[in-house]
Amino acid sequence: MKDEKVIGKVQDPKIRVQNFEEVELGYTKEEALKESARCLQCPKPRCVQGCPVSIMIPNFIKAILAEDIEKAYEVISESSSLPAVCGRVCPQEKQCEAMCIKGLKGDAISIGSLERYVADQAYQNNFISTIKKEKNGKKVAVVGSGPAGLTCAGTLAKKGYDVTIYEVLHKAGGVLTYGIPEFRLPQSIVEKEVESLEKLGVRILTDVPVGNAITLKELQEEYDAVFLGTGAGLPKFMGIPGEDANGVFSANEILTRINLMGGFQKSSKTPVKLGKKVYVIGGGNVAMDAVRSLKRLGLDAHILYRRSEEELPARKMEVEHAKEEGIVFDLLQNPTKIIVDENNNITGMEVVNMILGEEDADGRRSVTKEEGSEHIVDCDMVVMALGTDPNHEALKESDIALSDRGLIVVEDHKTSLDNVYAGGDAVTGAATVILAMEAGKKAAQEIIEAIS
Amino acid sequence: MFKVIQNKELVKNCYEMIVEAPMAIQKAIPGQFVIVMAKEDSERIPLTIYDYDKEKGLLYLIYQIVGASTEELSKVKEELFGVVGPLGKPNEICKDPNEYEGKRICYIAGGVGIAPVYPQVKYLKEQGMDIDVIYGVRSANQLIIQKKIEEVAHQMYYTTDDGTFGTKGFVTDVLEKNIKNYDIVVAIGPVIMMKSVSELTKKHNVKTIVSMNPIMVDGSGMCGACRCEVEGKPKFACIDGPEFDGHKVDFDLALKRLNIYKEEEKEKWEDMKTLLQEEVSYEG
Repeated sequence: MKDEKVIGKVQDPKIRVQNFEEVELGYTKEEALKESARCLQCPKPRCVQGCPVSIMIPNFIKAILAEDIEKAYEVISESSSLPAVCGRVCPQEKQCEAMCIKGLKGDAISIGSLERYVADQAYQNNFISTIKKEKNGKKVAVVGSGPAGLTCAGTLAKKGYDVTIYEVLHKAGGVLTYGIPEFRLPQSIVEKEVESLEKLGVRILTDVPVGNAITLKELQEEYDAVFLGTGAGLPKFMGIPGEDANGVFSANEILTRINLMGGFQKSSKTPVKLGKKVYVIGGGNVAMDAVRSLKRLGLDAHILYRRSEEELPARKMEVEHAKEEGIVFDLLQNPTKIIVDENNNITGMEVVNMILGEEDADGRRSVTKEEGSEHIVDCDMVVMALGTDPNHEALKESDIALSDRGLIVVEDHKTSLDNVYAGGDAVTGAATVILAMEAGKKAAQEIIEAIS
Repeated sequence: MFKVIQNKELVKNCYEMIVEAPMAIQKAIPGQFVIVMAKEDSERIPLTIYDYDKEKGLLYLIYQIVGASTEELSKVKEELFGVVGPLGKPNEICKDPNEYEGKRICYIAGGVGIAPVYPQVKYLKEQGMDIDVIYGVRSANQLIIQKKIEEVAHQMYYTTDDGTFGTKGFVTDVLEKNIKNYDIVVAIGPVIMMKSVSELTKKHNVKTIVSMNPIMVDGSGMCGACRCEVEGKPKFACIDGPEFDGHKVDFDLALKRLNIYKEEEKEKWEDMKTLLQEEVSYEG
């Protein structure tokens, strides 16, 4: 018999496209035990090397088998500040699971599903991480409450640092709150993760625009160290004609209205402008989140991506789920013009076919237009999910060194300013939740070394 | 939570709110704005910082009821769920008044546009500058903070569409007569007014600053809802503005983009009115 992984239950696609409840229901105890038993408990675990925050994976799996969830949660908490989040949104197939020795011949261990199981059980049983230390009198400011900031804050608080997070929005979580939709990462999970940080003594100040209400320089004076986890929040547009049409939105705007402002509920006070047929331009996780959200709100929802399915940057699971839900993938196409009527409303879009070329230095295949292949597609809404650039609002009045691309320049997470560290999308450009967490954790370790 | 000190109707459907929000105003310079939320599930509403008391940490706001969310704001008695600010760039003259020494400046306010105009004129007077103000409304019963603006303006002109106060006509009528007296015009009010002023000043080659009021969500550069076209390029009013060169703004596009949520807004307001009526009938 083939050594197959245990697949957890998911909501039926026909039903889930009508709600915003979680797609994956998570392992039952029996499923978790069965999957855990597949783990070989390698003495030199490759999976740990594949994990950006180096969770001791075999150890927590062993604890699941021993039915000691509290212990399993503690193992994960030692390395990760956001276990329930990672289990859901990490691209495990490119990280821990890609390294799993079992994956060579059959299915890798479903590490992500097991991690999620542990975190969900821990929350249900109200375990909070017991790793809490006496305050050591050192103060650190964290700017931004996304995955990088939360992880940095959590790592420091566990070592006794007095941490204050500054967040410009009214709710903490950054992209976990405004970006990732309810059906992939329920708000209640993010709230619990934030709450557990507060229990560790982290202070979170929402509604504070650093750069305007308080400057980076003032934070430098007031705190022993500052961590910038300001992310990459500035949405990109294509610069094609018609992009200012009333029906063209950034994925950030659509997701913010739907997630942060509650637009997925009919009772929401913040409106979401819905068309009948939408093209979401792009192929990353944000594009998948936007297109699947809009499908749930009743639209004929399409992805338009300039490369082929092979190159879609989104997490594999999201693409599969999107297909099951009836999202149409229009591949190897790119918009050239958005067509509007006299009221600036969209009546259609001109797109051109694309041809895949050779791989470039980064391993991405180039694309070129197929001359003369321009044609009009019917639609009344277009969402741009083309990635984001860093936002420099928090850096005002500082002369922090930036790269040509506008990214914060760091060496070992240290910026050009005294006692100012940075990590996450603000340093790397738009990337994943887990990479931001890795940076937050490593920066915290650098801070500890520098100021203790 | 932010303590509300006062929330009263000045004239029909136009309110003044005073709220304790020291963080939002400590560093504020006229031209900047805040975003407020009445309750946790409310819409985020951008409003100009129209006055402040930095010692007491008080923020002064003026708003007009235009839909369900501002209606909800008008019902707030004790506290606001959210106030974030200061947002946006300060007015360029207020940011660096020395640069504008000797320049003859005229401010033009249309309707509740007097709210953002007032703090700028007040601030510049404190810097020793004489600022003329043209304030236009549809009818005399819509005039607000008249005493306050008169205290800080050098020369004050009023216009009403119906002639019930000041000159009968539009702000542009008064401006055209006096345009030779000015080097710079700052116009804040309805898009259509800012457009007319900018067309007039362009003819006379007088530098003009306008303050855009597009639809906004986060106010921190994250969503792009507020994009305006300036010199053919998209600019975010929340972080690149809200003030722009009036001779470079595409006002027609801005007008169309203000209509994006018109149907949804109308529906929400209808729902809310029904709800309010039901509440009244329960009480009655």
